[in-house]
Amino acid sequence: MARKAQIYDDIPGTYVFDAERSREGYGINMFCMSLMKDDNRKAFKANEAEYLKKFRLTPEQADAVLKRDYNRLLELGGNIYFTAKLGATDGHSFQHLAAVMTSNTQENYAKMMLGGGRSVEGNRSRSGENTPSKFLAAGTSAKKSAAKPKAKLKAKAKTKAKPKAKTKARSKSKKRK
Amino acid sequence: MARIIAGIGSSHVPAIGAAIDNGKTEEPYWKRVFSGFEKSQAWMRETKPDVAIIVYNDHASAFSVDMIPTFALGCAAEFPPADEGWGPRPVPVVQGYPALASHIAQSVILDEFDLTICNKMEVDHGMTVPMNLLFGNIDKNSHWPCPVIPLAVNVVMYPPPTGHRCFMLGRAIRKAVASYPEDLKVVIFGTGGLSHQISGPRAGLINSKWDKAFLDNLSKDPQKLVKIPHVDYMREAGAEGIEMVMWLIMRGALDEKVDEVYRFYTVPASNTAVGHIILANRARGAKAPPRKHKPAAAKHKRAAARAKVQQVRS
Repeated sequence: MARKAQIYDDIPGTYVFDAERSREGYGINMFCMSLMKDDNRKAFKANEAEYLKKFRLTPEQADAVLKRDYNRLLELGGNIYFTAKLGATDGHSFQHLAAVMTSNTQENYAKMMLGGGRSVEGNRSRSGENTPSKFLAAGTSAKKSAAKPKAKLKAKAKTKAKPKAKTKARSKSKKRK
Repeated sequence: MARIIAGIGSSHVPAIGAAIDNGKTEEPYWKRVFSGFEKSQAWMRETKPDVAIIVYNDHASAFSVDMIPTFALGCAAEFPPADEGWGPRPVPVVQGYPALASHIAQSVILDEFDLTICNKMEVDHGMTVPMNLLFGNIDKNSHWPCPVIPLAVNVVMYPPPTGHRCFMLGRAIRKAVASYPEDLKVVIFGTGGLSHQISGPRAGLINSKWDKAFLDNLSKDPQKLVKIPHVDYMREAGAEGIEMVMWLIMRGALDEKVDEVYRFYTVPASNTAVGHIILANRARGAKAPPRKHKPAAAKHKRAAARAKVQQVRS
């Protein structure tokens, strides 16, 4: 059965671990959980394909594990807190996984984080809409008047606070879609 | 009578725990993070709470995908640190406060919040990292300065509880604490966030503007935050940024009007924007000082509004 369309599918580069993925990915995540034990890590490393049989993965899921295709694992129901245990079993830091998932070198990924991380501009929506959340716009107005601790936010303070960055819908859409 | 005197918001980035455990706190990268909590630790030493309620989430440590409770309250006498793959963190075992915890459970369940009760639970970095940040680095063989009641919230599997639900649970907790006969000073922590995404091709997302607006409203106008739909958190603050709903439990447990005691924000710690805030309930009966400040505050507000108008025009 095809996956049910969800409002958050529009967020680019993101596989939301929802109830449906949680059900489908149960085997992946319990396999990853098993790697918390040293004996299991050794057994897995000794014969990966054989070890995976215990967890009743679909052929696609098993393939994604064997290939360490971390994005595909998320798509097939893996959750990052679990799949990170697979990475740790391989002796990789979390930033290594992040670099793999973002098709980046670890060095460049680390540099991006030090520079303030990946911007949300151009990364909000697959469909190209890049308007900030209504909440954010309101929040910006709050920020101004909240400069003084005692200032109460009255409806008045909302005077058309446009987000000052005036998102110029820059065609900066990074990465996949 | 027990009473909640303050709320603390804090990120719980695992790498912060690793930096403490591996003696890296003096490295410039980490010093930037830890120095932001020095004042908070002094505040905590002065405040000397009798109990801390800590709202956090488990990260595939105590709960796998076998069981995913939305709200799980720790009623045990102690909570050992979990082995997250590198051995348990070298921090003291967390002491619980079973009498108050079970009182809270009974009270909020009758208020229609159907908690899961945990009489045995290990706790991971989601809880012990904020404890380190606020209580300092404490030797494994020593003890934390106060007992803790853990409240684990599912924010790993979508959907987590809504912001509104979290806020209302906070209110129910406040009511429960207030009806506990022992004279106790209680603080409540909301942990996690702020903006971050650690999964998928969009990993590394940070949205400082969002985070600042969140902190501002948390302090002044939490009702605004209560209405934010999950998809907005995920879109703006990253798939894992949705942890921020846990801060609303903390906020809901405080009075409507609070004083912002302290705030700190820095980017990044590992993959995450670190946010921290201390909000204090105003002392009962001490109405004079706030009244004195009021005219000045209004003036500033008008000045701020004028400044903003000018900024928009220019």
